[in-house]
Amino acid sequence: MAASLEVIGFDTFYGQSQALREFSIRLEGGKVLCLLGRNGAGKTTALKSIMGIIPPRKGKLLIDGNDLSEKPAYEIPKHGIGYVPQGRRLFSELTVRENLEIGLLTRSTGKQALEHALSYFPVLRERINQVSGTLSGGEQTMLAIARALCIEPSVLMLDEPTEGLMPSAIAAIRDVVIKLRDEGKAILLVEQRVDAVIPVADTVAFMDHGEIRETVAIDVLKDNPALLQKYVGV
Amino acid sequence: MGFGPFLFLATLEGLVQASVLVLTAVGLSLVFGVMRVVNVAHGEFFMLGAVIAWFVATNMPGDPAIGFIAALIISPLAVGAVAYVADRLILTRLNYNPEATIVATIGLLYVIQQSVLMTYGADARPVDPPFYYTIRLPWFGYSSYKLFVIAAACVLLGVIWFVLKRTKWGLLMRATQFDRETALAFGIPVRKVYSFVFAIGAGLAAIGAVLIVPIQQAHYLMGLDPLLLSFTVVIIGGLGSIQGTIFAAILIGLSDGILSVFFSPTLAKIVSTLFVAMVLVFKPNGLFAKAKR
Ligand SMILES: Nc1ncnc2c1ncn2[C@@H]1O[C@H](COP(=O)(O)OP(=O)(O)OP(=O)(O)O)[C@@H](O)[C@H]1O
Ligand SMILES: [Mg+2]
Repeated sequence: MAASLEVIGFDTFYGQSQALREFSIRLEGGKVLCLLGRNGAGKTTALKSIMGIIPPRKGKLLIDGNDLSEKPAYEIPKHGIGYVPQGRRLFSELTVRENLEIGLLTRSTGKQALEHALSYFPVLRERINQVSGTLSGGEQTMLAIARALCIEPSVLMLDEPTEGLMPSAIAAIRDVVIKLRDEGKAILLVEQRVDAVIPVADTVAFMDHGEIRETVAIDVLKDNPALLQKYVGV
Repeated sequence: MGFGPFLFLATLEGLVQASVLVLTAVGLSLVFGVMRVVNVAHGEFFMLGAVIAWFVATNMPGDPAIGFIAALIISPLAVGAVAYVADRLILTRLNYNPEATIVATIGLLYVIQQSVLMTYGADARPVDPPFYYTIRLPWFGYSSYKLFVIAAACVLLGVIWFVLKRTKWGLLMRATQFDRETALAFGIPVRKVYSFVFAIGAGLAAIGAVLIVPIQQAHYLMGLDPLLLSFTVVIIGGLGSIQGTIFAAILIGLSDGILSVFFSPTLAKIVSTLFVAMVLVFKPNGLFAKAKR
């Protein structure tokens, strides 16, 4: 069976400086792959390259077996890849509903997709006409995830979704990630805090200087704290 | 004529100016807001709109009203098409780099201006208004066409507001304006939105021009004034803010009209320039600027 998401040998540059080197990952439905690494390791760049926002100079991208390497950025989400950017990047002057409608534009699935996305976050339903910039931090993260769910993705990529949240909000987000995984979505989760990933991850990939240095199953990581020391310094 | 009626007349004249200005400036503001492109050729799109209006109106047989209505439809479409081609041919290739697009649109300004000079010539030519009816007020008679211009601008602003706030296309444009990268990540074809917005911006300038040619003749150098006034308005209103642009256009249009009637057009220009300088010193992001991320 084809992997839900397969990235092969991405080389990405900002001008002259290389931000990704031979970056490759493979992700199956119903699994969570965590990308860990220090500030500046290239985690966000990896996700932006997958989305085609910062196109790689070289490499291949496959979603559910479809080769999207040559597609323009705006075609990529149509193939079922949802993105929760670092810092959420909501359209903060627009309402909750308008943010979700932007998620709906991609795949004309309409009302059903909206209802389904809201079913994970009942509190957003109560705030549907509120300007999204005035939501609490936790609610904004929920909206960012709901917006990504509106495109009915088979692959979901989340870039540090728990950054700056309180423990209770972190737990709520984690529960949703687990639920989505159990429903069969392939999830790529970027985090800096290891304690945030241990409960959800199946596999952890350590990134440093734009490269994946090591990929380990979560059980191996639990028995081997030295790895964490090496790549994230905790 | 007493002071009151005179002020009323001046206000009406100012509103006519403001009406044309508001359409032109909203076009410029939309292009800057969504695309971050400072379109120096915007005034030439205005001029091209006027010249095409003259061309259509003089070649249309029958009643002047038919020619005018045809111009009102054809001219913005033709100018929008020119802008669309310019975007695809030039701006896309420059990757919408802010400095490069300024230089490129300066070039475009001269290309359009000189092409019009070579084909249309250096004469100023009038277009007949669609109707001549004069409205008799107790103190003076006033051209019903000028009132039509004011009404038409109000209707068009309503349409623009509706499209931006209530339609899918408006949502696409606003999303692109707020955050281009995130828009892309949600499948919005940002480049296509840019081409479309550039065409709409130019088309709005052309509509403003079609409305003005029955009052002020079409001439190949007529683009400069609307360009400068639009920039003035967009700076006062806050770059990219449509509400601010509308407010500033009414302010500048009215002060221009009133000062021109009571004193002189030169004084009117001095006042509006001073006003821009004050805004730049005290509120450099414009009166209506919103915090940008
Ligand atoms: N727009 C940009 N232009 C130039 N260099 C950039 C740009 N964005 C990121 N970089 C550089 O690329 C490298 C990787 O950055 P990236 O944002 O991908 O790291 P990250 O792993 O997501 O870090 P963090 O954990 O802080 O979010 C860094 O050295 C950064 O300085
Ligand atoms: Mg990052």
